[in-house]
Amino acid sequence: MEFFDNIFVIAAQWIRDTLATLGFTSIWIEMSMGVVYLVCILGICTLAALFYVLYERKLAGYIQYRPGPNRLGPHGWFQTVADAIKLLTKEDVVPANADKAIHLLAPLFIFVPTVLALAVIPFGKGMAALDLNLGIFYLIAVTSLSTIPIFMAGWGSNNKYSLLGSMRAVAQMVSYEVPLVFSLLGVVMIAQTLQLQGIVEAQSKIWFIFLQPLGFIIYIIAAIAETNRAPFDLPEGESELTAGVYTEYSGMKWALFFLAEYCNLFIVSAVGTTMFLGGWHGPFLPGWAWFLIKTHLLFSFFIWVRWTFPRIRVDQLMSFGWKVLVPAALANLFLTGIGIYIFNNGLGW
Amino acid sequence: MKTETITLNLGPQHPSTHGVLHVVIELDGETCVGSKTNIGYLHRGIEKLAEGKTYTQVIPYTDRLDYLAGISNNLTYVQTVEKLMGIEVPERAEYIRVILAELMRIASHMVGIGIYIMDLGAVTAVFYPFIQREKVLDLLSLVTGARMTFNYMRIGGVAQDLPEEFFPALEEFLAQFPKAIEEYHTLIDENEIFLARTKNIGVISAEKAMSYGLTGPNLRASGVNYDLRKVRPYSIYDRFDFDVPLGTNGDCFDRYLVRIQEVMESYKIIKQAYKEIPEGPVMAKVPRVIKPPVGDVYHQTENPKGILGCYVVSDGSDKPYRVHFRRPSFNNISIYDEIFIGHKVADIVAILASFDIVLGEIDA
Repeated sequence: MEFFDNIFVIAAQWIRDTLATLGFTSIWIEMSMGVVYLVCILGICTLAALFYVLYERKLAGYIQYRPGPNRLGPHGWFQTVADAIKLLTKEDVVPANADKAIHLLAPLFIFVPTVLALAVIPFGKGMAALDLNLGIFYLIAVTSLSTIPIFMAGWGSNNKYSLLGSMRAVAQMVSYEVPLVFSLLGVVMIAQTLQLQGIVEAQSKIWFIFLQPLGFIIYIIAAIAETNRAPFDLPEGESELTAGVYTEYSGMKWALFFLAEYCNLFIVSAVGTTMFLGGWHGPFLPGWAWFLIKTHLLFSFFIWVRWTFPRIRVDQLMSFGWKVLVPAALANLFLTGIGIYIFNNGLGW
Repeated sequence: MKTETITLNLGPQHPSTHGVLHVVIELDGETCVGSKTNIGYLHRGIEKLAEGKTYTQVIPYTDRLDYLAGISNNLTYVQTVEKLMGIEVPERAEYIRVILAELMRIASHMVGIGIYIMDLGAVTAVFYPFIQREKVLDLLSLVTGARMTFNYMRIGGVAQDLPEEFFPALEEFLAQFPKAIEEYHTLIDENEIFLARTKNIGVISAEKAMSYGLTGPNLRASGVNYDLRKVRPYSIYDRFDFDVPLGTNGDCFDRYLVRIQEVMESYKIIKQAYKEIPEGPVMAKVPRVIKPPVGDVYHQTENPKGILGCYVVSDGSDKPYRVHFRRPSFNNISIYDEIFIGHKVADIVAILASFDIVLGEIDA
């Protein structure tokens, strides 16, 4: 049990020991470990995206009374591979009047915040590539960068639909950043730390979803908006803006945006698990398994929401964000503060 | 600060223009300040084609007007020619026509509702109503052998009698239908986002609706009680007991509500018609070559999308001298340019979809 719990930590230690016995100095060991971590993160990123693309299609199929992909491989599980091959072999179209450099760089840059964010996620006890003591602050900082590649995509495509979509994206992601941060602050106040490992440790007795129910709800809503998923998928807004910011993207460039969407969703699910659902805590199974199960459930919830609700309108989105979510998040912070004060001064309990 | 409006081509290639409608909108930010609707991308010249065909050969072309309601279009055309020739249609044929036309109305409204909510962003909403449409299409293909282009009505009756399996299948369909509609009500009516997206959007007053010549559910959503099946009953609609659902505000939500309520009225009609259907022939005695007397006639029926009118001029030969269709969607979209103004892009799509237009009919 103990072994399985720490299997990845032990593996990392084994690599370190092997490198040391081979006579590398400590700086070289740290640098090689950096490469190992990066490869692991990219692996998680790719695997998560490949798995969830198909999983979402399957779940959507179930919700919509249809089988979903079921031709290639057992129950259609190789469908994503076939799709990826198709997209790779497609012609790479760049619109004539597009800003070529920006148009090309946008789908690459979209992965930067994703990979950076995954670096601090604690997948299990001691299982974070970087255990920053400013973890949550770093996470918020890097994830808010993902606005830029989306705006680059919209601007560089030189298409009116793309431009409208990217303007929506910026307005939406900047606005929903605020309640998102405030909802996480409540947790930080209780845990008394910004370090993600510490926040999970603080939940060993009670998960923060029970102490911060309002914060959790606000986080979920803001997270859906941050990842541009229905009912907040305005930047893409298929029925209005054809494909919004992605209108002029085809082939692998489009696929990169598509994969990044799933990676981002995986990250917000993982952060939700870390902050509210007790991270790796859980009986019987190894910690990392609990973490993945919780993340998976949260991810499934996001998919369920996407295939249930109609899209909200752009002005309703803004007024909901600023008039409902932000005040609610502030009220949550205020109540949390009072609660902590009462708890610390031991009024009766 | 100097600002500019942008011109956005909504269509003809666009996921939610219901085919190939082309709307050029002038946008100030996301708000529409000007709009121009272009049509004609699906023009096949059905009216001109009809002049080169015999009267019976025109029937399959009517299937392709409003391709979501082929049976209803058939009915309009054959009734027009029957009116011109003064043919009495046998009782049983009339009942079959009513049952199938109302089934067609259910199928058409199910598409209308499903696609409408899909255009609001809820993709799943298209699948639930389509289950019912699928069941209707199964019933219709049992009778006619086709799912979309039925070519079932004939001048003087219908092509063939109902097959034996039809009534058990119809019973099965009717048994589960009200429950399914009830489910849609619970899924859609109270949805907060759906209400926010449709209430008070694209409001059309009763006067304006009438002055633009709107018909069908779009007119009744504005509160005008005008249903040809009640006002000027054709076929045998005067024998059935049903209500005409009316809206109050004339907004997008009412247009949805009227449709889903109308479906239940169609259900009532089918239930009555199926109990009363008499035995007998399904085809009147008509000459093999149809040659109506010289003259012209106009006839209209209440189709799922609105009033479909048909004008036939005969020169005494076996081919019509002129056929004209008054297509409901064509008249209905004339109000678009006016009500789009002041709405957001997303609302334009909502209004467009709430009219339940079919481009095959608009461009003919």
